[in-house]
Amino acid sequence: MSKVRVLVGTKKGAFILTSDGKRQQWDVSGPHFAGWEIYHLKGSPVDPNRIYASQSTGWFGQIVQRSNDGGKTWEPVGNKFTYDGVPGTHQWYDGTPHPWEFKRVWHLEPSLSDPETVYAGIEDAALFRSTDGGQNWQELSGLRGHGSGPHWQPGGGGMCLHTIILDPSDANRIFIAISAAGAFRTDDGGGTWQPINRGLQSGSIPDPKAEVGHCVHHIAMHPSRPGVLFMQKHWDVMRSDDAGDSWQEVSGNLPTDFGFAIDVHAHEPETVYVVPIKSDSEHFPPDGKLRVYRSRSGGNEWEPLSNGLPQENCYVNVLRDAMSVDRLDDCGIYFGTTGGQVYASSDAGDSWMPIVRDLPSVLSVEVQTLT
Amino acid sequence: MIRVILPQHLRTLAHVNGEVLLEVEGQVTPRSILDALESRYPMLQGTIRDHTTLERRPFLRFFACEQDVSHESPDSPLPDSVAAGSEPFLIIGAIAGGLCP
Repeated sequence: MSKVRVLVGTKKGAFILTSDGKRQQWDVSGPHFAGWEIYHLKGSPVDPNRIYASQSTGWFGQIVQRSNDGGKTWEPVGNKFTYDGVPGTHQWYDGTPHPWEFKRVWHLEPSLSDPETVYAGIEDAALFRSTDGGQNWQELSGLRGHGSGPHWQPGGGGMCLHTIILDPSDANRIFIAISAAGAFRTDDGGGTWQPINRGLQSGSIPDPKAEVGHCVHHIAMHPSRPGVLFMQKHWDVMRSDDAGDSWQEVSGNLPTDFGFAIDVHAHEPETVYVVPIKSDSEHFPPDGKLRVYRSRSGGNEWEPLSNGLPQENCYVNVLRDAMSVDRLDDCGIYFGTTGGQVYASSDAGDSWMPIVRDLPSVLSVEVQTLT
Repeated sequence: MIRVILPQHLRTLAHVNGEVLLEVEGQVTPRSILDALESRYPMLQGTIRDHTTLERRPFLRFFACEQDVSHESPDSPLPDSVAAGSEPFLIIGAIAGGLCP
C-alpha cells in the first residue's frame, strides 16, 4: 500500500509526518535538529530514503544534513559554499554596490536521476551543485556571471535563490528564481543562463518591464508539461506556455494576487493552487479567512477552498516553499503556515484537515509518495 | 589535554557530551585549539569560524580564565592554566542574535 511522507522545515527544527494512503492518521516525528532553522528538506526522486536538509542559525551558520533511511538518522555533509572566483557586488537595498556574501541555503533540489547529485539555492543568490551526496559544492557561476548580476537586489527576505525546477524531459534545462532578480533558465546544464521575465510587470521598480529586478516568489511546473510554468510573483499570478520565454497574467478573479506559494495538481496539469495573501505590507489572508484558491483552467478562473480551514481570526502566512502535492490517485495537497499548522487535503482541495497544529513557524513542506 | 566547552547546539552536532578534551601541538592559541577541534570534529567546520577567512562568527565569543579573548589575535598565546588543562577554553553563543526569514 502506498504511504505518504511529509517533510516539514520550521524555524525551530524539522518534522516528518507519515501516513498510509488514506491520509487520515498521521505519525509525527521530530523535532529533528531542534532549535535550528530548517529552511528546506527534500528527498531524492530516485532513492526516496535519501533526504537532504538545510539547517542553519545566525549563531553557527549553515549545515547540510543527509539521511539514507528516510529521516530516521542523519549525518552532516559539506557546508562550504564558496563563490567561484571574485564574487563582485550586487545592489543593496539602497542601490549601492554590496559584496556577495553567503548567508544560507534556501532550497535543496535533488537530481531526478542520481541520488548523489543535488542542487542548492543560496542567499546571496547563487546556484551550487554537489555530485557526491552533498560533501562538496561547486557554484554554477554562469548564473551570477550573467551580465545582470551587479543589478540584482534583495527582496524583503534577502537576495535568495529559492526555486529550482529540473526539467524531466531535458537534463540540460533548469529553471531558477531569485528574489528580487527574477526567473532564469539554462539550456546547457547550468553553463549559461538567460533571464526569462518577459511579460512580468512590477510597478515598484523603475522600469516595470525590466529584464531583471522582479520579485518572483515561486514557480511551479507539472512534470508532464515542462514547458508550462506557473508563477506567484510578489504581485500577480503568471503563466508561461513557452518555458518562460513569455508570461501572461492569470490572476483573474483572485481576491488578491499577492502571495507566496503555488503548486500544480499531480494529475491535472491545468489545476493550480495558490494561497492569496492580503498584501506585501499585511502578510496574512484577506478578512482573516484562510482560503486556498484552485483554478481548473490553468488560471484566470479561481474558486475558494475553505472546507476545514479557519474562516475567522486567522492571520498566518504561507511561505513560498510551504506547499506541496502527493502523487496518489486522489491527489493530496499540503501546506504549512507561519502559525505552525500543517493542513492536508486528500481530495484535491475540496476538504482540509490539520495534520499538526502547533509546530514552530513552518518554512517549507515537501511531500514524498512512497510505494 | 586542552579542555574546550562548546555551546549546546555544537555539542549536539558533534555528538559529544560535556567538555571536549584535545591534544594541541605547539603553542596553545585560539587558532591552534580550533584547528585541533575541527580536525577531530569536521562537522564543526564553518560553525565557529568562517571556512575561508577563518574569522570568528559574529555571534560567538571566546573566553579563557573569565576573560573575553574574542578580540585578541587568534595567534595570541592563551593563559598557562588553559594550556595546562586546569581551566577550559569556552566558546559561547551570544544571548542575542539569530536571523529569521
